[in-house]
Amino acid sequence: MLELKGISTGYGAAQVLREVSLEVRAGEIHCLLGRNGAGKTTTMKAIAGLLPLWAGAIALDGAEIGPLPAHKVGRTGVGYIPQGRRLWGELTVAQNLEVGLMTRGAGRDVRERVLDLFPRLRERMGQRAQTLSGGEQQMLATARALCVEPKVLLLDEPTEGLQPSMIAAIRDVIVRMRGAGVAILLVELRIDAVLAVADRVTFLENGRARETWAAAELRGRHEVIDRYLGV
Amino acid sequence: MRLPGRAAAGNVAGMEFGPYLMLATLEGAVTAAVLALTAVGLSLVFGIMRVVNVAHGEFFMLGAVLAWWVASWFGGHAAIGFVAAAVLAPLLVGALAALADVTVLKRVDYDPERTIVVTIGLLYVIQQVVLMTYGPEARPVEPPFNARLALPWVEWGESGPALYWPWGLSTTSYKLFVIGAAAVVLAAVWLLMRHTRIGLVLRATQMDGEMAQVFGIPVERVYAFTFGLGAALAALGAVLIVPIQQAHYLMGGDPLLLSFIVVIIGGLGSLPGTVVAALLIGLSDGIISVFFSPTLAKILATLLVALVLVFRPQGLFGTRAA
Repeated sequence: MLELKGISTGYGAAQVLREVSLEVRAGEIHCLLGRNGAGKTTTMKAIAGLLPLWAGAIALDGAEIGPLPAHKVGRTGVGYIPQGRRLWGELTVAQNLEVGLMTRGAGRDVRERVLDLFPRLRERMGQRAQTLSGGEQQMLATARALCVEPKVLLLDEPTEGLQPSMIAAIRDVIVRMRGAGVAILLVELRIDAVLAVADRVTFLENGRARETWAAAELRGRHEVIDRYLGV
Repeated sequence: MRLPGRAAAGNVAGMEFGPYLMLATLEGAVTAAVLALTAVGLSLVFGIMRVVNVAHGEFFMLGAVLAWWVASWFGGHAAIGFVAAAVLAPLLVGALAALADVTVLKRVDYDPERTIVVTIGLLYVIQQVVLMTYGPEARPVEPPFNARLALPWVEWGESGPALYWPWGLSTTSYKLFVIGAAAVVLAAVWLLMRHTRIGLVLRATQMDGEMAQVFGIPVERVYAFTFGLGAALAALGAVLIVPIQQAHYLMGGDPLLLSFIVVIIGGLGSLPGTVVAALLIGLSDGIISVFFSPTLAKILATLLVALVLVFRPQGLFGTRAA
């Protein structure tokens, strides 16, 4: 579904990613793990088209999306839930969703399906996004990305700062999207949460993809986890 | 902007305070109406693109000069030339600004510092091209209508309030039209921003351009549209004022200064704030100019900017950056 072939990129003259390759299959939750500064968020931004590729290629369903400008990447079916949510705070819940729907020209039926996943948002449609609680904001960020009808979903620390009930709700939706065949690339710092939902895990270190493991095989392998996440 | 009120003030020497104040307020309202249009254009460009457009006053001037050209070319009844100018001048100026965006601003990546330098360059290019082609003369555009309207005043006599028409208390139908037209255009801009899909796209880009791109919004095209719209609003303001104040290649300086004052007081990027500040500055400019002097009006406006920057840097209606 989504394939990164030796991509390199960075900010200004500072290189962050060095020849990163990985594949996210349809109906798979693939998790990126690594210490701060390893390049997890940069990988997400590069896929979303927000950083130019210095080398390598990114393919979605075999079609090259690496050289596309960011607004065209979204239209190919890449949904992005960034770290910190980055909602349009002064727009209402309904307006945030409407921009999501506009990305690929989705209709009201898509919005209704998305709202069925987050009934609480239905009660807040006229409310400004910045006035929602942290958990509701994360729901909205997720719902906005689902309005794209994504083939690939990029989730950057979706449970950051949320209470346990919200984390469970977000996790349920992620698992449901996997069931619907969406390829999911997840950045998550809580290793227990990762191992509970992920199918495969790729460890990033200093901008390089070091190892990819099946999540089931990684359980109990503390020495591997400590190697990439220990301080 | 030259104040039409100063000319009127000379004719009404000896008028009582109340009618005199009403006259000054009306003249100030004309200034405020045109200033609001011009400043909203500047505010949109800064709010959405984060570009401080130093050439904004030149787009105003270009609107006035093109209005003269278009009106002269059409000939016939003044109304035909004026309507053609009101349509064509903002469109042409908007298209030119969009072209400048694509060919110049985009190339400097909309970098805040470099766009200031670039728009200073644009200011001189436009000004000098107009000087070389249009010349140094000030030229008027005939108003489409200009009936003088005597205005009533209320006087409390022994038998209660009674209307009378003081000598010299009058305005023109065209000045009232300027105020009305500006109000209609400002309402249209507000509706565009609040209740249309284009407005939604513009606001999403204003709040977080990077996320707007992620959700399929072609931000560079939005920027070209915004720069064009901002310039077109300034040009429309100039078309409205040019039958009162002649077109001249150096007329862009005051609108630029006053627009910056208004936008800073109202809050950068805030449309309601910009309109309220334009009313405040326009009306006070009109009234203070008539009663005291135009220089004092400018001094007080600049002092107000200083006070706002010290005590409320985000402006009266702006929100503080997180």
